[in-house]
Amino acid sequence: MSTASLESIAPTPAPGGRPIAVHCDAVTKSYGSGQSIVRALRGIDLDVYQNELMMLVGPSGCGKTTLISIIAGVLDRDGGDCSVFGEDFSALSSGQRVRFRGRTIGFVFQSFNLIPTLTIAENIAVPLLLQGVKRREAMDRAREVLGKVGLAERWRESSSKLSGGQQQRVAICRAIVHGPRLIVCDEPTSALDHATGEKVMNLMREAAVGNGKSLIVVTHDSRIYSYADRIAMMDDGQVIKLVNDPRSL
Amino acid sequence: MTRIALRMLFNDRAKFFGILMGVMLASLVITQQGSIFVGIMWRGCAVIHEMPQVDIWVMDPNVRYIEDVKPLQVTQLPAVRGIEGIEWAMPLYKNNIRARLANGQTQNCNLLGIDDATLVGAPGEMVAGQVQDLFTSDGVLVDEVAASGLLAKPSLVPGQPATPLVVGDTLELNDHRALVVGICRITRSFQNLPTIYTTYSRAITFAPKERRTLSFVLVKAKPGVDLDELCDRIQRDTGLSARTASAFKWKTVDYFLKYTGIPINFGLSVTLGFLVGTVITGFMFYNFTLDNLRFFATFKAMGAPDGTLLWMIILQSLVVGVLGYGIGIGVTGLFGTLVTNAPIAFYLTWQLLTVAGCAIIAICMLSAILSCRKVIKLEPAVVFKG
Repeated sequence: MSTASLESIAPTPAPGGRPIAVHCDAVTKSYGSGQSIVRALRGIDLDVYQNELMMLVGPSGCGKTTLISIIAGVLDRDGGDCSVFGEDFSALSSGQRVRFRGRTIGFVFQSFNLIPTLTIAENIAVPLLLQGVKRREAMDRAREVLGKVGLAERWRESSSKLSGGQQQRVAICRAIVHGPRLIVCDEPTSALDHATGEKVMNLMREAAVGNGKSLIVVTHDSRIYSYADRIAMMDDGQVIKLVNDPRSL
Repeated sequence: MTRIALRMLFNDRAKFFGILMGVMLASLVITQQGSIFVGIMWRGCAVIHEMPQVDIWVMDPNVRYIEDVKPLQVTQLPAVRGIEGIEWAMPLYKNNIRARLANGQTQNCNLLGIDDATLVGAPGEMVAGQVQDLFTSDGVLVDEVAASGLLAKPSLVPGQPATPLVVGDTLELNDHRALVVGICRITRSFQNLPTIYTTYSRAITFAPKERRTLSFVLVKAKPGVDLDELCDRIQRDTGLSARTASAFKWKTVDYFLKYTGIPINFGLSVTLGFLVGTVITGFMFYNFTLDNLRFFATFKAMGAPDGTLLWMIILQSLVVGVLGYGIGIGVTGLFGTLVTNAPIAFYLTWQLLTVAGCAIIAICMLSAILSCRKVIKLEPAVVFKG
């Protein structure tokens, strides 16, 4: 299946009419085998709508990271169904999966994963370069995005010279620079103070939600719950509660 | 991603220079030790190199290498000359002779006696005097290094440097007076002994009396004559052994390889250089990849195909290999320049550069394979592990 055909797939509408970005149905995942088997996911049913910021919250080891890894197509599930914008990763070949992931999904990591030996702009340009965009164009677009987070003047600097909050802003730029329709974030504010965390969440909400785009955030940080449209509370490999009005928490 | 790969490599300076040092060390040891080995082999064939006009060397069938002289009867010279296809055939006397220095000390020398009339086999480059001066009574040519070194005139004042031999000085060769009529520039001999040229007839008067005096017959083939066929004809008609200059060189080299410990010593050094280079480079490069593993995982998660990641690793490995190789052979070349006039044998050939280049590529590929394996097996899901 070509990339073009992948992108042309229409999103699956939810029964209520809201188009679905991510659909998980009875997703299971285990690690290890025999006596030492760990059931990380025990049948997850979850839909993430387009234009929605969904938070996955829960105690450590409850399966949040495993779930976003499966949603992002970087980990294979054992059972159930999972599709992103109607595309099931397990039905794709390795190459198709890599291309689909590259075009459709952006990543923001807890530890930023910015490459210290590259400049800020080069870090941001990586997803574009991976898609074959010419270096000059990729760098121009990287600087353009960087301008939106107030770091345009520092594009030549090494990412290691930035503060934690600035690094996370750069990581967000990298996640959005190629216009992915889904962004997955793993603990984006855990290394930041409250004020910086709020700025980062505002930025992510502004940049990654809307126009059919969706954002999934895994977090422990209850201070940022209010930014979510919905929250899936997880425990022991299951979604135990779906909160439709996070501000009520 | 090529530029990204290079920036990842160059900007991690500590690791980059560590890997570079490993490759450079291997390149240096392989080419430097190899050059010394080739230099020694080259010197072992010095007499053959110094007579480039000679097509075929005729000798006793039991001769194993150039220094292994087994004299022939002089009557065999006309026998060789009578064979069809030969332009000319000239005698060569080769022996060791003892020179007595002015301070009473003696010095062993290589004595080469060349044809009296044609002076075929004379050195090609003269520093002082002329080859034709050998027609002077008692005339000898002395090599430049020996003239200012082992055969130099000791100073009458203790502690003062010796005075180099010059044209007009005399030597005492086996109780015979020899007059220095020229100083020549030649390849040093394997044993680093002084080389003295004179005419064939004078050489046999200088040398201790022997029943047979003809060491080799030097043959020039007529134009268009196949040298191998001519060698066969000489062997068939005279019962002597005839070898092309190239074949005789290889026979000499072969002797050194088989019957001396030289190749083992140098082979061990070169092998050690290769192994140390491989271990250092492999370890450092693998470590460099491990340090960058989470970034490779990030690239994978972002949609980098395995081919792109492998290209990045192989490129990093090749770049560091090319740079290390270049610096290594540069240092070897510098070493070679510094020892041009030193007793150390040194001869850097393109074949040696090729071998070293292949060894460096092998080192880089071995290092890259370890890293590639790690990256291929890498699960992109690790990006979510703090």
